Amino acid sequence: MFEQSISVLAQKLRNKDISSVELTRTFLDRIAKLNPLLNSYITISEELALQQAQAADERLANGQGSSLTGIPVAHKDLFCTQGTLTTCGSKMLHNFIPPYESTVTQRIKDAGAVMLGKTNMDEFAMGSSNENSFYGAVKNPWNLDTVPGGSSGGSAAAVAAGLTVAATGTDTGGSIRQPASFCGITGLKPTYGRVSRFGMIAYASSLDQGGPMAKSAEDCAHLMQTIAGFDDKDSTCSETPKDDYLANLDTPLTGLKIGLPKEYFGDGLDPKVADVIMTAVKEFEKLGATVKEISLPNLQLSIPSYYVIAPSEASSNLSRFDGVRFGHRCEDPKDLLDMYMRTRAEGFGREVQKRIMVGTYALSEGYYDAYYLKAQKIRRLIKNDFVAALSEVDVIMGPVAPTTAFGIGSKADDPVAMYLEDIYTLSVNLAGIPAMSVPAGFADGMPVGLQIMGNYFAEAKLLNVAHQFQQHTDWHLQTPTMAKGA
Amino acid sequence: MSIDKQDVQKIAHLARLALTEEDAVQYQHSLSSVLSLVEQMQSVNTDGVEPLSNPLEMTQRLREDVVTEGNHREEFLANAPQTEAGLFLVPKVID
Amino acid sequence: MNWEVVIGLEIHTQLSTKSKLFSGAAVGFGAEPNTQTTLVDLGMPGALPVLNKEALRMAVMFGHAINAEIGMHSVFARKNYFYPDLPKGYQTSQMDHPIVGKGYLDVMLDDGSTSRIGITRAHLEEDAGKSLHEDFQGMTGIDLNRSSTPLLEIVSEPDIRSAKEAVAYVKMIHSIVTYLGICDGNMAEGSMRCDINLSLRPKGQKEYGTRTEIKNVNSFRFIEKAIYTEIERQADILEDGGRIVQETRLYDPDKNETRSMRSKEDANDYRYFPCPDLLPIELTEEYVDQIKANLPELPNQKAARFQEEYKLSEYDAGVLSASRAMADYFEQANSLVKDAKLTANWVMGELSKLLNQEQLEITQSPVSAKALGELLSRVLDNTINGKTAKDVLQAMWNGEGSADEIIEAKGLKQVTDTGAIEIMIQEILDANAAQVEQYRAADPDKQKKMIGFFVGQVMKASQGKANPGIVNPILAKMLKG
Repeated sequence: MFEQSISVLAQKLRNKDISSVELTRTFLDRIAKLNPLLNSYITISEELALQQAQAADERLANGQGSSLTGIPVAHKDLFCTQGTLTTCGSKMLHNFIPPYESTVTQRIKDAGAVMLGKTNMDEFAMGSSNENSFYGAVKNPWNLDTVPGGSSGGSAAAVAAGLTVAATGTDTGGSIRQPASFCGITGLKPTYGRVSRFGMIAYASSLDQGGPMAKSAEDCAHLMQTIAGFDDKDSTCSETPKDDYLANLDTPLTGLKIGLPKEYFGDGLDPKVADVIMTAVKEFEKLGATVKEISLPNLQLSIPSYYVIAPSEASSNLSRFDGVRFGHRCEDPKDLLDMYMRTRAEGFGREVQKRIMVGTYALSEGYYDAYYLKAQKIRRLIKNDFVAALSEVDVIMGPVAPTTAFGIGSKADDPVAMYLEDIYTLSVNLAGIPAMSVPAGFADGMPVGLQIMGNYFAEAKLLNVAHQFQQHTDWHLQTPTMAKGA
Repeated sequence: MSIDKQDVQKIAHLARLALTEEDAVQYQHSLSSVLSLVEQMQSVNTDGVEPLSNPLEMTQRLREDVVTEGNHREEFLANAPQTEAGLFLVPKVID
Repeated sequence: MNWEVVIGLEIHTQLSTKSKLFSGAAVGFGAEPNTQTTLVDLGMPGALPVLNKEALRMAVMFGHAINAEIGMHSVFARKNYFYPDLPKGYQTSQMDHPIVGKGYLDVMLDDGSTSRIGITRAHLEEDAGKSLHEDFQGMTGIDLNRSSTPLLEIVSEPDIRSAKEAVAYVKMIHSIVTYLGICDGNMAEGSMRCDINLSLRPKGQKEYGTRTEIKNVNSFRFIEKAIYTEIERQADILEDGGRIVQETRLYDPDKNETRSMRSKEDANDYRYFPCPDLLPIELTEEYVDQIKANLPELPNQKAARFQEEYKLSEYDAGVLSASRAMADYFEQANSLVKDAKLTANWVMGELSKLLNQEQLEITQSPVSAKALGELLSRVLDNTINGKTAKDVLQAMWNGEGSADEIIEAKGLKQVTDTGAIEIMIQEILDANAAQVEQYRAADPDKQKKMIGFFVGQVMKASQGKANPGIVNPILAKMLKG
């Protein structure tokens, strides 16, 4: 049951083969058994889930509802959920219960989906391993000694282990795609502005984008159908009409032009990962696609550009966590300054504090031009590279990450080394284009994700390409051993 | 590019983060390594390149001037560490 | 040493929108604390701003009114600093690309001379909340009702050279924003607040001296006094060979002194950068032109029209048009009276005197424009004379009724019956035979001076009700004998 797709489950719910309450209990039971091993949830909202399931069953009994009605989902703990603890993986928000709902979770709620709980994440979405959570590291269901990736590591692990049908994630520099790759699931980072950021706790406002994480492209399409589209509460949300993400899934790929950027296959890429990617590309050729080498010459610069822009925006976005109106406040502050200084030093973890300081430095007087402005100029060069490449090809393919999931604690001493691993994902956020991670095989028993990047607002195309691949492969249907026993 | 401990304390103060001596030494190293990483930007010629701050380069949308929200004070105050008489309380502010 | 003062002003004008700059919370003074706030104004996690259309339009209106370049491409930036009444830890403002660029105002001084004050820029920004320092368990209370209220910050060039000039400039800005209807102009409630940048330099020196900034002065009178006080303080230091410290100061009206605000001296580095939650504002020529075409009449335009249409003097036209409320009052009253000079004299004279005595604005006048118009009509049609009219106005002010009701009730109607007046005059002439003799013996030039005595006697006898227009010719004729 836990391995089935949204389409199949929706059909079963509609046919009354199963009720949403039963389905929800199945997942709650699995969470009770397996989550202690994975730590993929920060909050399990059992009571609320069962209420919502019951309401969904009533809707379905009346012949109402959508394909998400009664389907259990989980939300990254960065989306504000009214009445449910929202921590953003931080001690700072250990007691924060929002009196409002994010647009993404509201739309999923309105569609009748059931919220199982809130998933673990790197604190304030800063990290690529989920080791930076105040609520403890998340384990990769394929190997409990390895990381699930980050920052949406809890969502990825929960989907991979069958602790939810699907989940939401957010992606600022790869936070949906990299954990999807490490955990062998499908994830989509939409075009910047395609999905509302309202109620998403901001890391870097000009890069953040919420999106679906699920077993298959088709399941992602179901979620996109619900969450995408204009929201008047977010000034950066696009008014471009949304596509029908389910309608074109079956379009054949004959004549599809794939670009392989040579910079994605250079030094640093694990040869075993490279093999998996090239095998996947050959599969596309079999499906009628043509492949050509392209170049994204400024790729290398995406790392410094990102690690200036993201921390700069973060340093300002995270100023509101000051112990005045919500969240953590230090004990017995001796004065106002002491309250600020200790509240923030206690409430934020080290990686968050480090990025706040990097950003503060980059924006400070005398450095703004050399850092922030320079990074924004390079950002344009990176965007231009993609625009040029995508005028020649329909989609760009490459690896999501240079390696498969690494050992927990193995990179903790060298965070800069971890930054370098984001090389294949950061540029997509800087340019604002959509991209997916699609399960493409295994290297030494660990999943490898294929990254598919497309033009602005080409989510439907990406989902179509990924779906066709999944019609001819079964990598997305693999289940980790630990998940099978439960 | 490296920064000294004093720089670290200055930045930490601007960002309102209390650092111990030990923290300051650690951050001095980790910040210096990030700053060296970003230093490679300086080798690129960006003369005449317009900075890009929003990927879609859209323009600001406007909201009609209407009051759409009522009073939700109690809901908001419920999350605050300390309140009284409908106010958020903070340690004494001295002008 | 002979010092020259150099002043630049930053005026924060609260725009009179219904809702806030970035949220749908109500804007208003005096509400219960924190009841006019949304998650946006409170800086809650995940909250996002969306710009108020009306605030933008108001800013463009102001730009036109000061002959400024309109920022066709303007950008919001974040000004980062920590303060408990600043919920997000940054103020959303404008830095490099303000909505209003360079402009100027021609300011008329009391002596009738005009000086041109340059305006560097005007930009949109959000207001902060308020810190309440009453004792709450030894703590400060934070009210965020004002948070995200739209402000237009108007920054002048350092073109101002005296306290009087500064006040005239602020009054002019006040007049413009209230004319445009973009600010209620209520300084007591903080709708207009002024930061004064002031420095001294020896007369003739080109370079500016070190300046101080006096924050948040909120009345015309305090602006003037704060400037005098600060000039004196700086001059004392400089005369003693001291140096001015560049700092933020606060004016204390009770002690009439400025003092240093140490809390704001915390080596500010605001780390401005473009706000990534808001996008650049791109205006079209059409939008900007349409606002210009629909601009209401401005103070100087109204003054010119008053001179032209009502043949008022430059001075009268200037005074009456300084406030839109007074100009409207004048025009409404005069629509009944149809004697602009008379109406102007009464509005600027008797009415203003009464208003000043009770420190009321013209909009709060107990005597409406229509009521004053009716009163002055009775002067014009000779029902009462000017002197009686003053008493009637006082009675109207006291709420005793309309002009006609009071004239009727008190029997103040002028005596216009020539027969009755002739009898009254004859009695006076009989009772003052000696004076009549003298008059008749005097030469015509002297007679003109002497007739006043007899007019006074008639007025006295008639208790002021005799119409002077009728009395004078009859008296002259009867004195001739």
